[in-house]
Amino acid sequence: MKSLGSIRRDFAPWNDPNAKPYIQFDNVTKKFGDFTAVNNLSLTIFEREFFALLGASGCGKSTLLRMLAGFEEPTSGRILLDGQDLRGIPPYRRPVNMMFQSYALFPHMTVEKNIAFGLKQEGMSAPDIEKRVAEMLRLVKLEQFAKRKPHQLSGGQRQRVALARSVAKRPKVLLLDEPLGALDKKLREETQFELMDLQQNLGLTFVVVTHDQEEAMTMADRIAIIDKGEVMQVATPAEVYEAPTSRFVAHFVGNVNMFEGKVAERTAKTTRIAGASGAQIVVDNAVDTAAGADIVFAIRPEKIKISSKKPVDAVNALEGEVYDIAYLGDMTVYHVRLDDGQMVRASTMNAARITEDPLSWNDRAWVSFRPDAGVVLTR
Amino acid sequence: MNATWSRFNITSIVLGFAFLYLPIVLLIVFSFNESKLVTVWGGFSTKWYVSLFHNQGLMDATWVTARVGVISATVATVLGTLAALTLTRYTRFRGRVLFSGMVFAPLVMPEVITGLSLLLLFVAVGLDRGFLTVTLAHITLTMCFVAVVVQSRLISFDRSLEEAAMDLGATPVKTFFQITLPVIMPAIVSGWMLAFTLSLDDLVIASFTSGPGATTLPMKIYSQVRLGVTPEINAACTILIAVVAVGVIIASVANKRREVQRQLDEQAAQRG
Repeated sequence: MKSLGSIRRDFAPWNDPNAKPYIQFDNVTKKFGDFTAVNNLSLTIFEREFFALLGASGCGKSTLLRMLAGFEEPTSGRILLDGQDLRGIPPYRRPVNMMFQSYALFPHMTVEKNIAFGLKQEGMSAPDIEKRVAEMLRLVKLEQFAKRKPHQLSGGQRQRVALARSVAKRPKVLLLDEPLGALDKKLREETQFELMDLQQNLGLTFVVVTHDQEEAMTMADRIAIIDKGEVMQVATPAEVYEAPTSRFVAHFVGNVNMFEGKVAERTAKTTRIAGASGAQIVVDNAVDTAAGADIVFAIRPEKIKISSKKPVDAVNALEGEVYDIAYLGDMTVYHVRLDDGQMVRASTMNAARITEDPLSWNDRAWVSFRPDAGVVLTR
Repeated sequence: MNATWSRFNITSIVLGFAFLYLPIVLLIVFSFNESKLVTVWGGFSTKWYVSLFHNQGLMDATWVTARVGVISATVATVLGTLAALTLTRYTRFRGRVLFSGMVFAPLVMPEVITGLSLLLLFVAVGLDRGFLTVTLAHITLTMCFVAVVVQSRLISFDRSLEEAAMDLGATPVKTFFQITLPVIMPAIVSGWMLAFTLSLDDLVIASFTSGPGATTLPMKIYSQVRLGVTPEINAACTILIAVVAVGVIIASVANKRREVQRQLDEQAAQRG
């Protein structure tokens, strides 16, 4: 079986035409005065999915989350949760809970009281509240901090309290606004896996907003890439990385080399692209664009091989000069200036400790790649 | 540190503090004067404090002042807090600039004008001048100070606290009383204390708006001084100073302790 990247084999409702959508954004537009934060956006999220909204700051991703929570109403369009139109339902009557970027812990209440706050509003009985709070404290491993106030906790502990508080009511959907933004790198990586475990164990639907692509790739089942209030692509992390559908997505997620060119020749199996700078590239035929059309060939740096001699059997091999080398430990990144002037970034895993025949600055070098190593983009 | 204790620095400090506190020190010293003559030292005595408590006029005035202060500060705190909430929360209503200007104008309005215009108003509506009118006037005077204090706290208030409360199921009313109010309470309390102090020491507006039977302490002191300063007045002022000083010291010590405790807690939390 062939696939793009790793997969969660038993979970892919987005490929099932009969699957019932859980959260639906239906042609949603949100305007703030003259500014359009969200522009006629449609999106479907499934039950128990870990869904990420990824985009630069100001792209409208937080507005989407706030509309789901009820802090903003769409200017037009509708949002459905489990088939119910959410319009006009205030935040305090929606079966969703949110974890805030600033955590928004109540400073005058202890950890315990913070977690119990939502349960009290629900009118839960005192013994039940006590039980649930204890359970939540166990879940986030903060049992011995129950009586502390938020300012007596470290950043990581506060984050856990915020998390416990937002899942205490067992919401249908948990919204997370940059949940790990305030943590340092090590802690962030640990917490990413904890969040994934938590989501699996509780069986909740998570919608997370983030600007950190690595975070989104690590945690999410699917990612929606948002730009200027519009969805650019919704796909699994592997699809987003290996099969971006636009230049924007290819650029936004990871590093990429772009070859501008025109379709020169199409055969049954392959397409030949005439690069704007003279290079000829042959790719597997997945292009339904007529000859002569402007296109872009996008290829990730690790899919490009670099060698000091011309590879014998490579379909695509381009010659140039090593311009820069960055040694990163686990891999080495080469910047090669092709003879037609284009810069190419190629990265090599340092699988062995000792490199035979290492390349150096200003060496002549060949970059080569397979016909199926990249994608052709038309927009 | 030694280098900074130059002769020039010491002189400046002595002069500065003398300028600020010499009159008050004199007043306190002469409140313990045996002699009836205010400026001639006749030995130590506390008899003026005793006679002060038998001066029915002064005691009545103190009682009036305390009641006016508590009632006006309380009402002004409620109104000022509401005004501050409106000004920080509803930033886009029509006439907001005008409204905020009108709320804060009394801060810089000469007291004579405030007093005179209030007097004209009370006369126009036929309100007999007395306890009620002084209290109303003091509410007008102090409300804007409360609004300023509370507003500056609200500006730094993290709105996501309220959103979090609503997200967890609290209605806007519950959110206000369970989250917003407790968090801004320190500012409201200092607003109240500021209002109470202002009311306590106001002479100008009280003179315009007060009537028979509602003489405040500053008015009483001022009228007695016009007949000549007695050591009794010195004693009354000394008590007033003591009350204010104790209040300020307690407030700032408590504040300082809280701050230190908070820093210790935060350091402890960072260490894990």
